[in-house]
Amino acid sequence: MTRTFENVSRRGFVAGATAMAGGLGFPAILHAQPAPVKVGMIHPVTGFVAYSGQQSRLGGTMAIEDVNKAGGIKSMGGAKLEALLGDSQSKVEVGVAEVEKMNEQGVAAYIGCFQSPVGIAASQAAAKYGTPFLIDVGASDLLVKRGLKNVFRLKPGFGVCVDDGIASLGALNKAAGNIAKTAVIVHESGEFGTGTAKLLASKLPSIDIQPKELIAHDNPTRNFDNIALRIRSMAPDIVMMSNYVNEYMLLARTLYQQKVNVAGFYSILGGGFNYKFVKEMPDVSQYMMDVNHWFNPRSEKAQALKKRVEATGALFTFEVYLTYSNVMLLADALERAASADKAKLIDALANSTFKAELLPYGPTRFVDGQNQGARPAVMQSLKGDIEVIAPEEFASAKAVFPKPKL
Amino acid sequence: MLDPGIIFAGVLNGLLAGGIYVLVAVGLTLIYGVLHIINFAHGSLLMLAMYAVFWLWRLLGVDPYAALPVVIPGAFAVGYLLYRLVIGRFSHGRDENILLITLGLSIVIDNGALLFFGGDTQTIDVPYAGSFVELGVAFLPLPKLISFAASLVLCGLLGLYMVRSDTGKAIRAVAKERQGARLVGIDVGNIFAVSYGIGIACLGAAACLLMPTFYVTPSSGHAFVLVAFTIVVLGGMGSFLGAAVGGFIIGITEALGGLLLGEQLGQIGISLIFILILLLRPTGLFGSRA
Repeated sequence: MTRTFENVSRRGFVAGATAMAGGLGFPAILHAQPAPVKVGMIHPVTGFVAYSGQQSRLGGTMAIEDVNKAGGIKSMGGAKLEALLGDSQSKVEVGVAEVEKMNEQGVAAYIGCFQSPVGIAASQAAAKYGTPFLIDVGASDLLVKRGLKNVFRLKPGFGVCVDDGIASLGALNKAAGNIAKTAVIVHESGEFGTGTAKLLASKLPSIDIQPKELIAHDNPTRNFDNIALRIRSMAPDIVMMSNYVNEYMLLARTLYQQKVNVAGFYSILGGGFNYKFVKEMPDVSQYMMDVNHWFNPRSEKAQALKKRVEATGALFTFEVYLTYSNVMLLADALERAASADKAKLIDALANSTFKAELLPYGPTRFVDGQNQGARPAVMQSLKGDIEVIAPEEFASAKAVFPKPKL
Repeated sequence: MLDPGIIFAGVLNGLLAGGIYVLVAVGLTLIYGVLHIINFAHGSLLMLAMYAVFWLWRLLGVDPYAALPVVIPGAFAVGYLLYRLVIGRFSHGRDENILLITLGLSIVIDNGALLFFGGDTQTIDVPYAGSFVELGVAFLPLPKLISFAASLVLCGLLGLYMVRSDTGKAIRAVAKERQGARLVGIDVGNIFAVSYGIGIACLGAAACLLMPTFYVTPSSGHAFVLVAFTIVVLGGMGSFLGAAVGGFIIGITEALGGLLLGEQLGQIGISLIFILILLLRPTGLFGSRA
C-alpha cells in the first residue's frame, strides 16, 4: 500500500523528517569526523611485575586523554587517539600475541612493554608489519641494536645509565678520598639485570673500584639471607643492585636486617627505589642511592602531572611519566606526519625533535632508534624523601657518602 | 672457601626459613592426607591471608603477630565455607573435580586480588624490623626468630589437637579409611570441610609470621607453594611429621646450597632432593605412616 502525503499524521511527519535529516544531514557530520588513530599499549598489568605495568597504563591513558582534550591530532583534522589496551601478563609469548591481535584491529603504533625480553620479542613481531614500536620502559640496549627501523626509545638504556652511574660514583668516591675499592653486584637473572651487571663489572675498574663478585638471583626470590651473608663475608665497600621492585625491596630490607655495613648501596635502575619505598621504610632506605629515570623537578608540567596522578591515589613513578611522554612523542610525530601511515610515521619519529618537557633530557635526536638526549638522574634517599644528587643542574641535595655505619 | 662462621649463620637462617615452610607445607599435606588432592589454591589463599594481615595493620594498626588470633579463625572460616559452598558442592564427590575447582579458585582469587588490591607491592614496617639477636657471627633478625618460635608452637598445638581431640581423631580416621569412618558414624563431608579449613588456617598463621619480613602482591603466595610441595613429597604425602621434618631439611638445604653454589645454582639442591626422593623412596621419609 502506498501512503500519500495527505495521510501522514503530525507524529509521522516529525518521525519522517527526523529520519530524513539523519539520513542526509548527519552523514555529512559523521564523514567530517576523521577516523581515530589506534595506539596499542602493551604492558604487564598482571603477573609478577603487574604494578609497573599498571603504572605505565595509567600514564599512557592520561596522556591520550590530554591529547584528545586538546583537540586531537590537528593536522589530521582533529583525529582522536584511541587506546588499545593489551596485557602481556609479564610473559614474552603473550606480549607477541597482543601485537598480532592489535595488528588485526588496525593499530597505528605500539607503546610498551616494561620488561626487556617482552619488548624485544613484541617489537620484532611489530617489525613484520612495519608498525612503529615505542619502548616506554625497557632497559636492555639490545632493544635498539637489532637494526629494526620501527623501534624507538625515548629513555636511556642501561648502557647510558651505567656510564652516567659510573661517572657519578667515581666523582662521589673521589670527593670522599677514594675510600671505596671494591664492589659486589647483586642482580636479577634476566636480560635487564644480567646485562646491567656485566656492563657495571667491565666499567667499575675505570674508577678504581674492583668488582668482587656478581650475584644473580631469580624472580621471585623468597629469601635474601644467603646473599646478605655472602656479601658480609666478602666485606665489599659498595653493594650495587639491579633488580625489579619486589626483590629490590626485599633485598634492601634483608641487607639492613643482616647489618651489612658498607660505604654505600648504589643501584642502577633499582626497580623498587620510589617514594613508597623511602616513605614506608625510611630506616632501610636511608642513604641508599639509585641511578634511574626521574622527572624534571623544575618542569611545571611535570609538577602538575605529579599532583594529578597523586590525586588519584597513585604514585608518580617513572613508569607513569615515561609512558605519558611516549604518547606525547607519538602524538607529535602524527602531527608532523599528518597521517597514520606507518612509513610516514616511522620517518617522522626518526626525525623527531620532540621536546620531552617532563624529563631532564637534552634535545631529542634518534640515532638507530635511541634518543641521544636521554639521560638518567642519581637520587639518594635522605630522611624519608628522594633527593636528586646528580646531575648538578637538577640536584636538590648534597650526597651523603660514605654513609654512617649502622 | 667460606668461613665456618658464615656457614653456621647460613644454617641458622635456613632453620628460620624452614619454620615458615613447615606451616605452609603442613596445611598442604593435611588437605592431601584427608581429601587426597593437591590444593592448587594454596598459594592464592596464602596471598589472601597476607593481604588480611596487611590491611589489619594498615587500617587498624594491628601488629602482624597480634593478628594471629584473628587471622587463624578467619582463615579457618574461609576454608570451611569455601569447601562447604564451592568445592564440596560442585565436585560431586569426584577427586579430579576438586583438583580443577581449586585450580579455578586460584585463578579467580589471583585476579580478584589484582582488581581490588592492585599490583602494588605492600610491606609492613614493624618497629622491631631492625632488631636482631647476635649469635657469634650470625645476626638473627628478631621478626624471623619470633616467627620460627611461633611456628613451632603452632605446629605442636596442631599436632596435639590431631592426637587428643575427637575431631582430630575423626580427621585421622577419614584420612586412613573414608568408608570405614562413614560406617562408624563420622560425618565425612563435615570432616572434609574442617580439614580444608584447618589447612587454610595454617596459611593464616603463616601469613602473620611472614609479613614482618616479606611482602605481598597478588602473585606472592605462589613463591612458597612449589617449595611446600617439595616438602610434602620429601616428608611423605599426607604425613604431618614428614612436613615438619621436611620443612627444616629444605630450609637448610636451600641456605647451604645458596651459600656454597650461589643463589641460582643453590636451588638445585631442592630439585635434587625432590628427584632423589621420587627415585629412591617415592612414599617420602615418613610416607608409610601417612
